[in-house]
Amino acid sequence: MTTQVQAKPEPEVQVADSSLLPPVDVAEDAAGITLYADLPGVPKERLKLQVEAQTLTIEGDLQLEVPEGTEAVHAEIGSPRFKRVFTLSRELDSEKVSADFNQGVLKVRIPKVAHAQPRKVSIRVE
Amino acid sequence: MIYRTLFPRNMFAELDRLQRDLAQAFEFSPSIRGAVRGGFPGINVGNTQKSVEVYVFVPGVEPGNLDVQLEKGVLTIAGERSDPLPASDGGKVTAHINERFSGRFRRVIALPDDINPDAVEAGYRDGVLHISIPRREAALPRRITIQ
Repeated sequence: MTTQVQAKPEPEVQVADSSLLPPVDVAEDAAGITLYADLPGVPKERLKLQVEAQTLTIEGDLQLEVPEGTEAVHAEIGSPRFKRVFTLSRELDSEKVSADFNQGVLKVRIPKVAHAQPRKVSIRVE
Repeated sequence: MIYRTLFPRNMFAELDRLQRDLAQAFEFSPSIRGAVRGGFPGINVGNTQKSVEVYVFVPGVEPGNLDVQLEKGVLTIAGERSDPLPASDGGKVTAHINERFSGRFRRVIALPDDINPDAVEAGYRDGVLHISIPRREAALPRRITIQ
């Protein structure tokens, strides 16, 4: 019955940058783009959101209350760091990015610059 | 039970998962509950001398919408997470990336035999549900004095 909890330690995959890629949802509407990212266990003060030269970087450090002397027997979240980078496109207004972080879910709103907002293109048939 | 992978497009993680899936397919006697890894929510388990610590990564789920049950040494965590992306019914919103899990979930883990099911504590913070299950007093290691 205890096989799952007392699982044998599995060999770790060695990756140079061992941070985890948080899963995201990205939706676009006429006025801009909304991104949702899962960053469970990251407190607000350990989340870093940066927009620089068309690049959006999301970084977070995991902080769990782990009692002293805890021996990990099963870990699916195998790294204490989350990191993901996105390249923005030019019609997005990187000056007006707003973000909201609640219960481990980050919501980022990136509006489009005013001149990139939709206009109806009329097609002339001659 | 097919879950969306927890950490998408990380090549090493994908290879790792593939290797595990293969290992499970060819394993002589796999766990009765199938794949232990890779589902939603992610689970970490730690042991101390006094307790078993379970961390369930459920971002964006209200604690009130989580159902945690411990019965016959089996811990079950169930709940539902809504999808912020609109249904693709010709609306004006386009979903470009859809990786986050949505819908109903349920995960089951077997706990060791020496736990005390009457003194379980659970807390929720920053999208992580932390369940602490103490071990029975009798099961704690004791130093035996030699007369």
